[in-house]
Amino acid sequence: MTIAADVPTGSPVPRWIFVGLVSLALLYGAFYLYTLEQALFGAVMLALACGFAIIYGPARYYGARFIFPGVAAVLTFIALPIAYTIYLGFTNYSSFNLLTYERSTEVLLARGAADPATEQPFAVAPEGDLFRIWLPQSGLLSDPVPLTGVATAALAPAEAPATLLETRDAIRLRDGLQALTLTTPEGLPIVNAGLRTFASVTPEFTPGPDGTLIRSADGAVLTPDPATGFYRDAAGVEVPPGWRVNIGWGNFERVFTNEGIRAPLLSVFLWTLFFATASVATTFALGLALAVILQWEHLRFKAVYRILLILPYAVPAFISILVFKGLFNQNFGEINLILDAIFGVRLSWFTDPTLAKVMILIVNTWLGYPYMMLLAMGFLQGVPEDHKKAAALEGASSSRVFFTITLPQILPPFMPLLIASFAFNFNNMVLILLLTMGGPDRQGTLVPAGQTDILASFTYRMAFDDSATQFGLAGAITLMIFVVVAVMSYLNLAAMRRAAARRGGR
Amino acid sequence: MIVERPRDLRRKKILAHGFMILFLVLILFPFFSVISISFRMGNFTTGDLIPRDPTLEHWALALGFDWTRADGTVVEPPYPVMLWMWNSIKIGMIAALGVLGFATISAYAFSRIRIKGKAAMLDTLFLIQLFPTTLALVAIYAIFDALGEVSPFLGLDSHTALVIIYLAGVTMHIWTIKGYFDGIDTALDKAAAIDGATPWQTFRFIFLPLAVPIMAVVFVLAFIGFINDYPTASVLIRSESQMTLAVGSRLYLNEFRYLWGDFAAAALLSGLPITIVFLFAQRYLVRGLSDGAVKG
Repeated sequence: MTIAADVPTGSPVPRWIFVGLVSLALLYGAFYLYTLEQALFGAVMLALACGFAIIYGPARYYGARFIFPGVAAVLTFIALPIAYTIYLGFTNYSSFNLLTYERSTEVLLARGAADPATEQPFAVAPEGDLFRIWLPQSGLLSDPVPLTGVATAALAPAEAPATLLETRDAIRLRDGLQALTLTTPEGLPIVNAGLRTFASVTPEFTPGPDGTLIRSADGAVLTPDPATGFYRDAAGVEVPPGWRVNIGWGNFERVFTNEGIRAPLLSVFLWTLFFATASVATTFALGLALAVILQWEHLRFKAVYRILLILPYAVPAFISILVFKGLFNQNFGEINLILDAIFGVRLSWFTDPTLAKVMILIVNTWLGYPYMMLLAMGFLQGVPEDHKKAAALEGASSSRVFFTITLPQILPPFMPLLIASFAFNFNNMVLILLLTMGGPDRQGTLVPAGQTDILASFTYRMAFDDSATQFGLAGAITLMIFVVVAVMSYLNLAAMRRAAARRGGR
Repeated sequence: MIVERPRDLRRKKILAHGFMILFLVLILFPFFSVISISFRMGNFTTGDLIPRDPTLEHWALALGFDWTRADGTVVEPPYPVMLWMWNSIKIGMIAALGVLGFATISAYAFSRIRIKGKAAMLDTLFLIQLFPTTLALVAIYAIFDALGEVSPFLGLDSHTALVIIYLAGVTMHIWTIKGYFDGIDTALDKAAAIDGATPWQTFRFIFLPLAVPIMAVVFVLAFIGFINDYPTASVLIRSESQMTLAVGSRLYLNEFRYLWGDFAAAALLSGLPITIVFLFAQRYLVRGLSDGAVKG
């Protein structure tokens, strides 16, 4: 039963003022983002501003006011990033193609080489908070400048200034000096060429017709290539920096055809599946076994056992994972010490692929069994005692009772949680990033990939860990993970419905 | 199972307790060793489980004090653990309060107010929350990079950015609280409506006071979830003074600067409060999880 949304009473004026102010602030943010060429985020901000004004302004959307903040947050910071990630999967966004077309062109045009033949020493003359640049060789003095950011100043013939800064103090102003362009009376630009000299610059590129650039050194014509996001010369050589362009299915083609990407991706995918399955299996088996023992009526000290057994679950995971990282350390770790003392072996947990995988499964079982145990204890209580008694009277052993009576009864309600646990481990980035960072590394791959990398950590490292970041490729692989997640979600939903139907039917 | 011979029962009991104790020793081994390591001298030396020359050096450093060794050298704390902890607690508290507010109000509306397309909205929210945020980190990074241009207060390396992104994790909690509200008798809000209460007043004076227990649970769960976040925080936060515990702790076990002893003390110090809070909250967590699963 729902109630109709009534129009609230009271003066609407303060509310209108408040709504107006917030909408204006949002609109300003949207406008600012547009001026920064962040059109997409500007549009999102604009939509937020409009949504806010519409929902909180007129009284007719009273009901929606309650859910607007939550829904807006979810749409902006979950749905939008997901959509944007998918979009990036179709672009070549990477450390090579980082900028917009306009910015790349600006960067190229701003590039200049100082001409060593025209180098001349300089000195800085302070004038209040400002500075003048004195070029003794040509007897030119600049207008006063603050030397705090990018600036230009004109030079004019003048007498030598009375006070000049020591070289040491002038070097301290280096950042401001490097951003300064001086203009000679003839109109030639000269810039800071070294610690002590200024020199005239020749731009490396000058704008040509039809958006081309002309390289000053050899007169080569560079044409922008919208397909790859680079300027190219006649021979097809790309000139960095490139810009971001839409490359359609290019990333997906690379994933499926480039052996340097496909091979590691495939093995990472298989390991991810194995890791998630094995983690669910070990934690479930161990958790269930412990729950059965704890459930035994003749066992004493249940409460103590229970609280000690769930301790691994209670400690923040990032701390326990790091503790294990230290304990498994090959040289100073406690685990190798003990193994050494008892068996005389020191295992290379972090450099041997198989051992690294075993270690990950051990740690993940330790982290995950208490959760399964707690769930199993709950479900075990739901199994009717008389079924078990009947079976026992018929002469069934306790293990037989467990496998024919108990297990079949708790498995259906457990199923959605097992699938959820699988999905969680499928993307269990924290464990991999903190424990092994994916290592040991695989050899001969185009993208960084480790033996213990799961898909999520693989894309994380592709995007954030190495110097050559590949946002586009990471986006494409993320889209594939999304497909897997969607399938799992569907299975989860179906299992939940089945469990619910079973309960309802009984 | 029902009738057991006393001798069999005795043997079984010994077996069960023996197994439990053996298993617990194995499982709790990391705890024992971390406690021992935190009192041990140095960061590399290995030794007995009970340290021979126990020292409080690592604990003092973790608490942020300089430590003077026996030979007179003064050791400074390697990392600002207390600052990180404060950062974590601050961000976790603010975000959890925000999530609690959003979730309670939305849950009330989803449970009681007639809104067009409510069912579709609920389904969409459910689908969206199935996609882990950690997979969209590239986009999140780009979004906050752009927001930082508007104001550094909102950009990368700011705590506001983390709080904002955590607020988006509201969906699961909406479901939890909505389930609770659905169980409240509708006679209550009908009576309020007859007395002329607006939906907001009904929420404020009837539902909010009733929801206090579930709100406490949601708050604790959300708080612990935010404290434990590593991927998002590691992408958004770069500078050491802004780090949360989860991001900062990692620095201790750097290959080139391996501070095992200091880490052990810092881990115990920061892990203990969270562990205790969690032990209190876990009952509700598990109940909520298995309930949610069956309800669908």
